[in-house]
Amino acid sequence: MAANVRSFEAIKKERFKDENCPTPTSEEQMKVEESVEQLFDLFSKIVEIDLDAPTLLRLHHATFLKKSLTYLPNAYQCLDASRPWLCYWILHSLELLDETLATEDISKIVQFLGKCQCPEGGFAGGPGQFPHLAPTYAAVNALCTLGTEEAYSIIDREQLQKFLWSVRSPDGAFMMHPGGEVDIRGVYCALAVARLVNIYTDALFDNSASWIISCQTYEGGFSGSPGMEAHGGYAFCGLAALSLLGKEQLCDMKSFLRWIVNRQMRFEGGFQGRTNKLVDGCYSFWQGGAFPLLHRILMQEDGNAVSMERWLFHQEALQEYVLICCQNSSGGLVDKPTKPRDIYHTCYTLSGLSVAQHFVHGKANIVGNRNNELALIHPVYNIGLEAALNALQYFQRLHIPQRQPS
Amino acid sequence: MAEAGSSSEELCDETNWVFYKYRVEWKDVTPVPQDDGPYPIVAIAYSEKFQDIYDYFRAVLKSCEKSERALQLTKDALDLNPANYTVWQYRREILKHLNKDLIPELHYVKEVIEDNPKNYQVWHHRRVIVEWLQDPSYELSFTKTVLSQDSKNYHAWQHRQWVIRTFKLFENELQYVDHLLEDDIRNNSAWNQRYFVINNTTGFKPDVVEQELAFTLEKIKKVTNNESAWNYLRGVLLHHSGGLSQVQNVRKVCEELYSSGNRSPLLLAFLVDICEENIERADGDKADSLHQAVQLCDMLANEYDTIRREYWNYIARSLTQRVNGSEEEASGSTKTDLNC
Ligand SMILES: [Zn+2]
Repeated sequence: MAANVRSFEAIKKERFKDENCPTPTSEEQMKVEESVEQLFDLFSKIVEIDLDAPTLLRLHHATFLKKSLTYLPNAYQCLDASRPWLCYWILHSLELLDETLATEDISKIVQFLGKCQCPEGGFAGGPGQFPHLAPTYAAVNALCTLGTEEAYSIIDREQLQKFLWSVRSPDGAFMMHPGGEVDIRGVYCALAVARLVNIYTDALFDNSASWIISCQTYEGGFSGSPGMEAHGGYAFCGLAALSLLGKEQLCDMKSFLRWIVNRQMRFEGGFQGRTNKLVDGCYSFWQGGAFPLLHRILMQEDGNAVSMERWLFHQEALQEYVLICCQNSSGGLVDKPTKPRDIYHTCYTLSGLSVAQHFVHGKANIVGNRNNELALIHPVYNIGLEAALNALQYFQRLHIPQRQPS
Repeated sequence: MAEAGSSSEELCDETNWVFYKYRVEWKDVTPVPQDDGPYPIVAIAYSEKFQDIYDYFRAVLKSCEKSERALQLTKDALDLNPANYTVWQYRREILKHLNKDLIPELHYVKEVIEDNPKNYQVWHHRRVIVEWLQDPSYELSFTKTVLSQDSKNYHAWQHRQWVIRTFKLFENELQYVDHLLEDDIRNNSAWNQRYFVINNTTGFKPDVVEQELAFTLEKIKKVTNNESAWNYLRGVLLHHSGGLSQVQNVRKVCEELYSSGNRSPLLLAFLVDICEENIERADGDKADSLHQAVQLCDMLANEYDTIRREYWNYIARSLTQRVNGSEEEASGSTKTDLNC
């Protein structure tokens, strides 16, 4: 058996103990562990025959993704206002799998994303819809992933900055769209695109750092808005946004670290989003992706104690969860066993897998088949590392628009 | 009654649906197809009904028509995709323009939320309508209904917190939290709500802190592996000048649990933090506290919390260096620049 696979006999002691006080939380938890244990047991038999296991089903995933790039079944109607997201999730997943696209296909995608760009700046969920920060983030990430001159230059930076001003509120928070909801996703999406395409100004993000800090909870993670419960997706947004502002030191790092390390499930190996909730493959990135950021911060504060071999979570256990429990045998990845595959979970399980496989400078620690290794990501933006560096370099040469609030 | 009405409507929907393109009252409108450009990417296989409705929605959006029929059209469009924020936004513009009675809108969005409880747009719509009405009277019972289906629904909690804060409805909230914790002591959303209520009402004054510590310690004794309770305990102790280690009843419960053989990783983790506080306090025996802390970290890393071994090894190294570093300083030796 491969050396860095956990012993599934030994981890049986990690199963949830309800201390004779069953509640809905413990009952659901034990049910999930049951389904995970079945897959672990099955895997233990497989690995006796196939010493290379677990194997990432690269071809199946790539086929599923490539098909989705052109055709999505009717069930995706509910994502008709998230089409740039669909592009980003697919393109980023393909990039992680080292799949390349034909030049003419890249151009077609760029043109489609151009159709989603709004005259008033920013991108919409689909052609003819209103601009919104989430598809704006997704479209910019998708275009930077494509990384061609045509892709970069289709972004109207002047108008994009104008759009960002239109959704900024004076306290430094951002609405998702004019007249829309305010939460911590807004400030992360705004900062990510502003930094990536070099339209960031201090004025645009005045007060944002203290607004973000007001979302750090007594548990240590970040919530969607002040007062709410700490949550994996929002915690990533909070920490990444602070990194993009260069204001990480404002965060209570000790409690953040304690909160996030405790989100890794002792039996399943994957991450949960909140305290006492269930494991979910997409948090492989939302929680796992925060560790490279944490490493960088801790290196500055406590450099001698920080490991120079590993992130501060159990990288092998996360890889096992993704590879053994999250792969659909006909391609695509899932939240947890018994759930249907979808593009969103495919993107974020693979992104988390890449983080778990690599330490600083791409130092690899691959569970299973050597061929399982994915491409490197830039953890702040969650696009390929090379794509991020290329985009940053490209836009650095351009003039920063200096619009003021109207 | 209302529910019976809507379900019979749904039945009709399947059989008697008339496309907009065949409706005489829409004859004056030219549908606007979606412009995906020459190369549709991520093309969704829309149903004919979906395509028809959205072709007409794009038409009214283009002509800025804000009419009764346009309002009905947004409802049909949202039925097929309640996540379309453009349709919701435009619906609000029509509601405003027509100066519509908003109470029926509240009932409508209630039904949509019940079918789509985890959707950002529907909850936001409800919030705007309540804002316009300046009437929160349905909100507590409504969110309670949603939370009775899923007591951890983030959107429902967010809406509830907004209503409570905006309209000062804190009065009975702690009772509600108690009730949820009786159902499920592991419900972290309920613990978080407890913190929210106290933080925004009495604040964590000394007597409240005492009362909350007693409450939480009782819960911890009952279920020692419940992270929600331990996290809340730390949250409350943030407001206690004595920190983690100086509060007699907290210490006592931890020591009793430990000596009774309890090795909950959450208990051990708490003990590590108590040791850390002792290290940082000037009067304590630093070496002894460090020794204990490192021992606990080893137990956690190698036996009781192996999934977090990297973290526990890091904590042990960090504490060790802090003590050794300060000893060097104390003994007057020039500290070499370790950061170079
Ligand atoms: Zn998920």
